[in-house]
Amino acid sequence: MAVLGRALIYLALAVAVYGIVAALVGARRGRADLVESARRSVYALAGLTVAAFAILEIAFLRSDFSFSVVASHSSTTTPPFYQATAAWSSQEGSLLLWLLMLSLWSSLVLFLTRRHLRDVVPYATAVLLGFAAFFAALLAFFESPFAQVAVAPPEGAGLNPLLRHPSMMIHPPMLYSGYTLFAIPFAFGVAALIRRRVDADWIAATRRFALAAWLFLGAGIILGARWSYAELGWGGYWAWDPVENASLLPWLTGTAFIHSIMLQEKRGMLKMWNASLVLATGTLCILGTFLVRSGILDSIHAFGASTLGVPFIALIAVMVAGSIALVVSRRDALRSEHRLDSLLSREAMFVANNLVLVGLAFVVFWGTFFPLIAEALTGERQTLGPPWFDRYTVPLALVLVLLSGIGPVIAWRRATWRNARRAFLVPVASGLVTAAACLAFGLGESPFSVVMFALGAFVIGTVAQEFWRGAGARRAMAGEAPPRAVVTLVRRNRRRYGGYIVHLGVALLFMGVAASSAFQDERDVRMSPGDRTRIGDYTVTFAKSTADIELRGGRLENIKFGARLVVERDGGETFTTVTERRYFPSMNPALGPIGRFFEGEATSEIGLQAGLLRDFWAAYQPDQESIRAVVDRLDERMEGKPADQQVRAMANLTAFLRDRPPPATFRLIASPLVSWIWIGSLVVFSGGLLALWPAPDAARRRATARAAARVAQDLSRA
Amino acid sequence: MLAPILVICALAIVVWVVGAPLRGGPRAADEEVVAERERLEAAREAKYREIRELELDHRTGKLSDEDFRALDRQLRGEAVVIQRELDRLD
Amino acid sequence: MDPARKRTVRLVVALTAAVLLVGALAVTSFSASSEARTPKQLADAQPGERYQLTGRVQKGTYVRRGDLHTFRIQERTGGVSVPVSYRGSVPDPFREGREVIVTVTKDASGTFVGERDSLITKCPSKFTKDQQS
Repeated sequence: MAVLGRALIYLALAVAVYGIVAALVGARRGRADLVESARRSVYALAGLTVAAFAILEIAFLRSDFSFSVVASHSSTTTPPFYQATAAWSSQEGSLLLWLLMLSLWSSLVLFLTRRHLRDVVPYATAVLLGFAAFFAALLAFFESPFAQVAVAPPEGAGLNPLLRHPSMMIHPPMLYSGYTLFAIPFAFGVAALIRRRVDADWIAATRRFALAAWLFLGAGIILGARWSYAELGWGGYWAWDPVENASLLPWLTGTAFIHSIMLQEKRGMLKMWNASLVLATGTLCILGTFLVRSGILDSIHAFGASTLGVPFIALIAVMVAGSIALVVSRRDALRSEHRLDSLLSREAMFVANNLVLVGLAFVVFWGTFFPLIAEALTGERQTLGPPWFDRYTVPLALVLVLLSGIGPVIAWRRATWRNARRAFLVPVASGLVTAAACLAFGLGESPFSVVMFALGAFVIGTVAQEFWRGAGARRAMAGEAPPRAVVTLVRRNRRRYGGYIVHLGVALLFMGVAASSAFQDERDVRMSPGDRTRIGDYTVTFAKSTADIELRGGRLENIKFGARLVVERDGGETFTTVTERRYFPSMNPALGPIGRFFEGEATSEIGLQAGLLRDFWAAYQPDQESIRAVVDRLDERMEGKPADQQVRAMANLTAFLRDRPPPATFRLIASPLVSWIWIGSLVVFSGGLLALWPAPDAARRRATARAAARVAQDLSRA
Repeated sequence: MLAPILVICALAIVVWVVGAPLRGGPRAADEEVVAERERLEAAREAKYREIRELELDHRTGKLSDEDFRALDRQLRGEAVVIQRELDRLD
Repeated sequence: MDPARKRTVRLVVALTAAVLLVGALAVTSFSASSEARTPKQLADAQPGERYQLTGRVQKGTYVRRGDLHTFRIQERTGGVSVPVSYRGSVPDPFREGREVIVTVTKDASGTFVGERDSLITKCPSKFTKDQQS
């Protein structure tokens, strides 16, 4: 079956190359049949990739260790869900997943545009197939998922236990969906530029893909942050790590693009900016894909240099050079139809929003690549830490939130002072009241948080006011009662109100970030059972030490040491939480049967009590030194003994340690409003889905009917 | 033994699917008119959307009456131009 | 002011702001950064300067006393090693023999004191073929 998989990849590469040639020749010679054939190559590519991926998945689920990737990333003791998802925890499998998603989305967009945009689609097809051919070539010649081992081992290495968390397994597919979906607007942008057809249609065709890409990429980023907070032992959700930043960059430019295309659709403005943005976003997606695998930057995610560096750099160089050449050579076609009428207008706010987002992207880019820049300029690698990033991103984030409140409420083309006063009275009042309340509650020690809260309240005020006034307008226009008015309002203006909901979610998210960064209480403290300590307004008692083993199929899967904590909040509830460290065995045969558990991977199980207003977070780190002597003795006694005896010995060890727990260090964190980050993200996601959702044709026709009627009236009068 | 057969099957399916349009013989392309129609229709949809949103903006108090009347008239005029061009294509 | 002039003014203002931002970025980044060095390159380290040290945790050197962790960091290919003492969170994948990154300052006694919570361990297993490092 591995041979079949290999063959399918070669076939996929051949089909992709054929499709590129057919599309280009068909475009130049006006041969619609060749263009149609190229479109079908994309469908064929999707089919081949689905089949290849299925073969890989089946191999994982059957634990077929003749496949090299299965042997090195899975095992018979891995739970089925993680066996299936282990497919993309490997370099090869993740590249195949990338190709799969690219081919599926490309098929979808080509199917949807099969009768439109006939002059642009062939070139877009060629670009998409170009990406596909690149990845197929990597899979065929460099990193094949279907490589076989000469002798299939009886057991695989197993999935890294750190990855055994649902968030971590969904995180890569989400990110890849985002990256591959951004390839669609990129391809259509390139095609539109080549054909000098840079008006609204290429955007209308790909707008939904850009929004979906933005949504998935954002979801992937948040899932990564959530995993970091809930699973890792440091208690934070964002570290400005190069690989985190690499996924954030296209998301920032993508956000700018989603806003600026609205301006091009409405007023024919910012054409050159949009073209450059979409090309930059696509390039940044490839850059992000490359950075994780390259090892050129020191990062927790950087897994050592790989052979893929050179091909990716070549692709990125081609994309950058090509983009610049295209935009510069088409600049006369990219002239704006209109200009900014006034700085007090929604257009101006959109431009400002774009500038802030691109500014943010630039800051993140500079900070991430600074080691390489410094090395190029001074010969020495220098790195920048979170404090530098925070210094620039925090003020820019504040301005962004402010703009997200002003933008929806201010009118197009020009807003009068009188209008603006009427529009902003309530939101500004709510912002000021919130600021005053924050200061009254003694939060003034962090002025940044007070400002963020005031701005958040301002945004919430504008969103609420928009819903209120919009419902009022529907009442006036159609006589609908308020609840129904809101529903039809949202249904008929999904983009707008979906967008408002997204802004609401972003405000919540940033307020959560502000509060949890500024007012967090964190301590590292050594405790023995019975000890009591304070953190924030919690009193924490180390009630009991726990030790246990976990068996799967009669074999030792891991051993756990933990602590049960009884936590009491001042004037509030008492709860119990358990935090543990789990030790998974190393496969190294040179290690003893018991000792290997302490040389393999270890994960932290966080004792997390999340609440709407505050989170309690605890991590546990036992002193391994103190049990080393016991473990070494056990190793000698258990060497070569049968498995069930080893299991019993391990059970005895854990019972022993339960009564004589090793000394341990706890990290305790009391953090306010962390949940607002996750809640805010959910709100953003729902708002985005709403904006994405197509209106059924009937509703669309009804909505345009009135406008059409009025225009027809004008026509007949003229 | 099964694998090579499946590979040949896959190859055959791909060639059949991808080659289908070519067997129908080359056709002359009359894209220009179709492309122009699509462009105009997209522009008209965008214009209608603008008109609707302008009305919503006016009703939610973001535009004064005179501004609204002037802009609405202007947009409807632009829509009329587009509609005329569309009619001319027929 | 006629519209064209207004537009020029706006453009100039925007460009100036951009240049200022980039300038601020450039200047502060060079002063706020810490140099990346390997153990071999720390021979001429200045006391009080921050460095980002990358290397492997030398086997047999890791000792933990409470929340104080001491170990030696060695060149990736073996050889020169330097002593490090560190307080703060230790990432889950941390092991002797693994590659780590930590921000350190040289103190009077010649030990490199790690900055709190700055210890990062490079994930060893994802995307590399062998599990036994």
